[in-house]
Amino acid sequence: MSDTATVRQAITTVGAADPSKRDFLKLLTGSAVVIGVGAIVWPFIDSMSPAKDVLALSSIEVDLAPVQEGQAITVVWRGKPVFVRNRTADEIKTAEGVALNQLIDPQSDADRVKAGKEKWLVVIGICTHLGCVPLGNKVSDPRGDFGGWFCPCHGSQYDTSGRVRHGPAPSNLGLPPYAFAGDTKIKIG
Amino acid sequence: MAGLHKSEFENQVVNWIDTRMPIFTMMQKEYGSFPTPKNFNYFWNFGALAMISLAIMIATGIFLAMNYTAHTSLAFDSVERIMRDVNYGWLLRYIHANGASMFFIVVYIHIFRALYYGSYKAPRELLFMLGVVILLLMMATAFMGYVLPWGQMSYWGATVITNLFSAIPFVGEGIVTWLWGGFSVDNPTLNRFYSLHYLMPFMITGVVFLHIVALHITGSNNPLGIDVKTPQDTLPFHPYYTAKDSIGICVYLLVFAGLVFFAPNFLNHPDNYIPANPLVTPAHIVPEWYFLPYYAILRSVPDKLGGVILMFSSIAVLFVLPWLDTSPVRSSRFRPIYKQLILLLVVSFLVLGYVGGQPPEGIYVVLGRVATAYWFLHFLVLLPILGKLEKPLPLPESIARPVVRRPPPGGGGGPLPQGATAKPMEKS
Ligand code: HEM
Ligand code: FES
Repeated sequence: MSDTATVRQAITTVGAADPSKRDFLKLLTGSAVVIGVGAIVWPFIDSMSPAKDVLALSSIEVDLAPVQEGQAITVVWRGKPVFVRNRTADEIKTAEGVALNQLIDPQSDADRVKAGKEKWLVVIGICTHLGCVPLGNKVSDPRGDFGGWFCPCHGSQYDTSGRVRHGPAPSNLGLPPYAFAGDTKIKIG
Repeated sequence: MAGLHKSEFENQVVNWIDTRMPIFTMMQKEYGSFPTPKNFNYFWNFGALAMISLAIMIATGIFLAMNYTAHTSLAFDSVERIMRDVNYGWLLRYIHANGASMFFIVVYIHIFRALYYGSYKAPRELLFMLGVVILLLMMATAFMGYVLPWGQMSYWGATVITNLFSAIPFVGEGIVTWLWGGFSVDNPTLNRFYSLHYLMPFMITGVVFLHIVALHITGSNNPLGIDVKTPQDTLPFHPYYTAKDSIGICVYLLVFAGLVFFAPNFLNHPDNYIPANPLVTPAHIVPEWYFLPYYAILRSVPDKLGGVILMFSSIAVLFVLPWLDTSPVRSSRFRPIYKQLILLLVVSFLVLGYVGGQPPEGIYVVLGRVATAYWFLHFLVLLPILGKLEKPLPLPESIARPVVRRPPPGGGGGPLPQGATAKPMEKS
């Protein structure tokens, strides 16, 4: 009995005599707990990130030969629609002619296509506002005031370079990584 | 032997259990003799109705889950199988789908009651904030539930709503990919939504429990908004309010049955009977009706991040409402100006709901902006200054006074709630 009392008293004395040591121990214990909890929670959180099979970067090949001038097609890459458009000379000229200071998200047309292949525009077909698929690939679709695409969800409009010209979308249609594999074939991804 | 409970129940089995675990005493205290203001009107039915709604959702949901398959290639067909082949599957699904709507109607009226009679004021701030937490959890649950049938509206609703998070600077895109578990709404998304849709109603049940604990400490507010002062002001919960609540429940079930049996798809969208197609967005996407007001706020701002912030703030503002309203008087009955403003707030909520279902063009944009402006003006500007400007009408002396002239024979009334004395200043 008296043993415990002595020990208890010893603890109190140490604590009282050297408060910084007590604080240090508390801090140390506290940080160990935080790190430990973090280490346990992380696997749970990260299990929700894309799994390896989802990440395994799929790539697809697209044959461009059947796409006539003025036409556009939709292909699926990583579960997303990708628009491939064969632009007319007129459309290319308007896209190149726009002054950059007129754009919401300034980028020149040359930066959005491959040099020498200006007639092919390849963009991710997902509105940068909230993710709807803009209309404009079919001839019967509305294309908005800028001749590119029109998003039915909240009215964003894109031009013939896939650049946003009318909000609420904040940025241009995304560009997937792709390369020409021959004259009429591209590899996306 | 420490602390055996002295049970007063006569039934021997009940007494034996109650002595060891006094749940019967507790039920008797919280739901039997619980002192309740005697002047409740029918607005006070909606808490009980919300509880019933939650129970109905959980019951039907558990049985739907026995036949539902959470996989992108099977989900739509499994719901159709529930509708056509599973015995009474159509009934379970229609109750569940319309039950969500009933739940929201009830909770919106319940919240209106709190705003109109000042139930959010001291000492009930925490009680009110727990209610707002329940509303948020309900919204998350209903949103994820609507994704499960994997129709066009399910898919595109999920896409648009999860994309809201992409508005967050720098980390937004990463968060969205994490929410999806991929690069678009797909099978991993459907699976986690199903898991969370099953979990969240039970979290709601937990918060409802805390909501009730807080309520039973402060005691209920009442249409006069004044504190309970004497036992003459109260009635025991049972049988008085169990009876009154039962009437409300009957009316609620009548309306509910009307929807389920005569207009089961009235509040649904026909596009959700088209299987999800990631390559085609429906020409007109709208959320379920109970989300339309927030959707209208989102769209009334031409800026992506701004719209998202405003939409979330429209509910977040409720958390600080108890401190924004500076008037010490609770009930609108004695606040001539507030009474008009709160009705304007309801109008602006309804206008937003209407605008949210219309295309974002022309007059609808203007209407949406005006109503959004009023929503924030009301909470952030009008309420703080109104408390200083408005001259409240004289408050009655007690709940019993305007109702009963002389003390009823034998004293009457019930006991006092514990927290009845914790009250804000009362002007008269
Ligand atoms: C707060 C309570 C709940 C709400 C507000 C809610 C809401 C919803 C909504 C709006 C739907 C879509 C209905 C449709 O259009 O088909 C749905 C579907 C579903 N819910 Fe719930 N739910 C709740 C609780 C639960 C629970 C507790 C479970 C399971 C234990 C559950 C299981 C399901 C299943 C399996 C579906 C898919 C079948 C269907 O679409 O009808 N729900 N829920
Ligand atoms: S998603 Fe395209 S405008 Fe909103």
